[in-house]
Amino acid sequence: MKATVYVTIKENVLDPQGTAVQGALHTMGFSEVGKVRIGKYLEVELDTNDRAEAEARLKVMCEKLLANTVVEDYRFELEG
Amino acid sequence: MKFAVLVFPGSNCDIDCYKAVESTIGQPVDYVWHTATDLSAYDAILVPGGFSYGDYLRCGAIARFANVMNEVKKAAEQGKFILGICNGFQILTEAGLLPGALIRNTGLKFRCHGTSLEVVNNNTPFTKEYSQGELINIPIAHGEGNYFCDAATLEELKANNQIVFRYAGDTNPNGSVENIAGISNKAGNVVGMMPHPERAVDQLLGSEDGKRMFTSILNAWREQHGAAVNG
Amino acid sequence: MAQQLTAKEPTAEQIADQRIYTQFGVTDHEYELICGFLGRKPNYTEIGVFSVMWSEHCSYKNSKPILKKFPITGERVLMGPGEGAGIVDIGDNQAVVFKIESHNHPSAVEPYQGAATGVGGIIRDIFSMGARPVALLNSLRFGNLNNERVKYLFENVVSGIAGYGNCIGIPTVAGEVMFDESYEGNPLVNAMCVGLIDHDKIQRGVAKGVGNPVFYVGPATGRDGIHGATFASVELSEESEEKRTAVQVGDPFMEKLVMEATLELINSGIVLGIQDMGAAGLTCSSAEMASKAGNGLELYLDEVPQRETGMTPYEMMLSESQERMLFVIEPQHEAQAKEIFDRWGIICAKVGKVTDDGRLRLFHQGEQVADMPVKALVDECPVYNKPSAEPAYFRESASIDTAAFPEITDLNGALEKVLASPTVASKEWVYNQYDYMVRTATAVQPGSDAAVVLIDGTRKALAMTTDCNGRYVYLDPEMGGRIAVAEAARNIVCSGAEPLAITDNLNFGSPEKPEVFWQLEKSADGMSEACVKLNTPVIGGNVSLYNENAKGAIYPTPVIGMVGLVHDINHITTQKFKAEGDVIILVGETKAEFGGSELQYVLNGAATGRPPVIDLDTEKKVQDAVLSAIQKGLVASAHDLSEGGIAVALAESCISGGIGANVSLTSDLRPDHLLFSESQSRILLSAKPDQADALTALLSEQGVTFATIGTVTGSSLTINVNGKAGINAPVQQLEKVWKDAIPCLMK
Repeated sequence: MKATVYVTIKENVLDPQGTAVQGALHTMGFSEVGKVRIGKYLEVELDTNDRAEAEARLKVMCEKLLANTVVEDYRFELEG
Repeated sequence: MKFAVLVFPGSNCDIDCYKAVESTIGQPVDYVWHTATDLSAYDAILVPGGFSYGDYLRCGAIARFANVMNEVKKAAEQGKFILGICNGFQILTEAGLLPGALIRNTGLKFRCHGTSLEVVNNNTPFTKEYSQGELINIPIAHGEGNYFCDAATLEELKANNQIVFRYAGDTNPNGSVENIAGISNKAGNVVGMMPHPERAVDQLLGSEDGKRMFTSILNAWREQHGAAVNG
Repeated sequence: MAQQLTAKEPTAEQIADQRIYTQFGVTDHEYELICGFLGRKPNYTEIGVFSVMWSEHCSYKNSKPILKKFPITGERVLMGPGEGAGIVDIGDNQAVVFKIESHNHPSAVEPYQGAATGVGGIIRDIFSMGARPVALLNSLRFGNLNNERVKYLFENVVSGIAGYGNCIGIPTVAGEVMFDESYEGNPLVNAMCVGLIDHDKIQRGVAKGVGNPVFYVGPATGRDGIHGATFASVELSEESEEKRTAVQVGDPFMEKLVMEATLELINSGIVLGIQDMGAAGLTCSSAEMASKAGNGLELYLDEVPQRETGMTPYEMMLSESQERMLFVIEPQHEAQAKEIFDRWGIICAKVGKVTDDGRLRLFHQGEQVADMPVKALVDECPVYNKPSAEPAYFRESASIDTAAFPEITDLNGALEKVLASPTVASKEWVYNQYDYMVRTATAVQPGSDAAVVLIDGTRKALAMTTDCNGRYVYLDPEMGGRIAVAEAARNIVCSGAEPLAITDNLNFGSPEKPEVFWQLEKSADGMSEACVKLNTPVIGGNVSLYNENAKGAIYPTPVIGMVGLVHDINHITTQKFKAEGDVIILVGETKAEFGGSELQYVLNGAATGRPPVIDLDTEKKVQDAVLSAIQKGLVASAHDLSEGGIAVALAESCISGGIGANVSLTSDLRPDHLLFSESQSRILLSAKPDQADALTALLSEQGVTFATIGTVTGSSLTINVNGKAGINAPVQQLEKVWKDAIPCLMK
């Protein structure tokens, strides 16, 4: 199975990179751009066919390592 | 008194911490590899700066899973003195030994220069020799030193007097909440700070205001262990 | 898969018939020579290997006649050009190792990674000699900072240097940045590394001992940076923007581990030969190591760690994946070496064997896929004596009287304009991004004339700087070459050190142009004269040609990296004024010299006329006198006069000291000439009042021209000329102009 994991900065935490990109897009004339948030995208290959187990294990991976839940949120999708 | 300086792959202030212990207080000090499974011989543990594991994923995120970190947790529970500097501070927050997190500087750039710190709490084993409110000159060198915690945690930090250092006046270099530069755990035996006291122990290099952190640690330990163990 | 890919490669016949070799930059004549050395037509792998070994970057085929001009020996030189880096004795069984290298073209295309891998490469050159890297420097050139693309390049080059140096934990202590339209589209990114070594630990890149195994260490090889050396040897064009495959990605964390493990291996005493895989990767390191030992080498390419599947011999040999090294040990030490690399978590693979037949043979999937004479690869590339011709501009500009431009009466305004020029303005925006303090030995931080790094456990220290004014070199290459070396030495002396030696980075346009080749020749002549006079031999360096943009060649820019020895830490001197009442003394003579000056650039946007004239005997005398005064403890501050002349030097000493000065100058020159001329061999000193007499006595005795011009005092800089008000401005105001200039432009 393959999991895609998205880690983003929590809504209430300042994201200076996102703010900078937002500013740059505005300067370039993309005035329709609202808020920009920058996060991480991970592809994780899993050696299992058990979807429930995969989900449970991924949750632990995210909580323990992939995201710092003090400042980041995460979500993931499973395929295969 | 015996010091350990932890070494993770990518630590690069380990030598500076080691030299600072030798030059300021002349106590025995060892480098301790990240795979170590016993820290019982040490009275104080320094978690040095650098880029452990390249700071890939997040600063300190991978280092906290090193074997030695279990021993650091035990040492913290036993009340031993633990000081995390820069990347060391990031590792201690990732490991949950200190609250909050360190995120990207608001200016998005790495910053290296001297800073003026206010000693907010001089009632820790690390800051006894400073006076409350004293301004000291200690340099910073980091890209992700912006201290963040939620409002409840911040209230708790204040209530327990856990804020140890603040960037003085309007000099906050990284956007930290309430200008926080260093904090302690509730018990006060674990301190993390972004500025580098080990870089401020010789006037020839710009400042010696960091010296008293090391002498504070030694004197606090001597007080704890009575006059009998002087030496 | 491998077979399929290999099958796509043209055959030896096709390479010959379709002249495919020309795509690699190999000429018809060179191709004929290669066929002669092989006794047959080269296959795809072989022509690839020859093309990089015979590129300018590896063979110096165009610059060899120039490099011969340089003095390369001296009583302190332990190793000159030819190895990874040169080495100079500093006494007590210690030596300093240093080298500069360019990464101009990769940085023009991908500035962050281009600059980062430039830093990574030069660090490997230093630790592969067995030395512990202790400091990094750089020398950067960009176009006009008002241009958006220039801002992007500047921002990301600085970030890339910071990203690599900060992570690996080697302080970036000094450098220089200049901005001029000449460098638009072709920035210069030169990185220098300085290391320390004990004499008995010095390593060489030699494949010694027939039958000994050859080991590969570092991350696995991928397809990145194939043909980087060739890329460095062609002009940048619109297409090069698309040649992104030629840019490698750096991993400073990996290099930190490779560095620690390699130094541990070297300290264990079992290494016979070691070399980093820089330009042309496995090809260059294996061929050079075999050549230096007079041996041959066999490589078993299936054993080379590979990051991607289906890599061909051609790709493996030409990959420029970063952070890799090649070393030779005796077979019985294999387990010991592997244990070290295992502990650091680094791949270490036996990939070859030293042979006695003088050939580089490559094996892949059970077949010999290449067989070439090592000597042909390393030594037999034809050397070209390119035609040289004096450019028309050189004669034309001789008649331009730069001192005749209209007199500037607003001297305060002129000073502020020059201070705000990005070339002169504070570089805090740059160096605050570099960790310049790690290793806790940086006694003089960026922002003074030269950085000073302490040597642990001794009273000694190293001073280091990079220098070159490309405008001077353009206007008069020989004079400019002399000035580049002399100014570097003057910076070293001002910090209290004795100049030891230089490493040079020759950044020029295309050598195919006779005018560019003339610039190269003349500037090398000038540099050599200065090196001989100042006793600073050239111990190594780098040549970067084909630096061109749409408008033509860049300014000829032979960057000098110099290291000096501070004999006692008490001699360390900085440029900042120290205390109220200190006496200010100007050493040297001021003439009306404006060609290539910063004031000329700020006012006219161009460099014309002749640059300042330097007399090397006078220069030597001034440097000796000032160093002797510093060593006797008579000097409170010392600052070299360069861009912006006496006005800027005074302003900088005031700003960095946070104190004012009251100065009176008398002269026959026009006030604007006197204040902003860039005459050479001048140094601004200050001394405690009770030492001023001893200082002036010493200067008189040494026969140098000097004048006592004022005192350090108050909070304003006041300069009167011939009794009339010249400049009068609060230091805080000057500081603001000087410090805000670059951050404002970069917002």
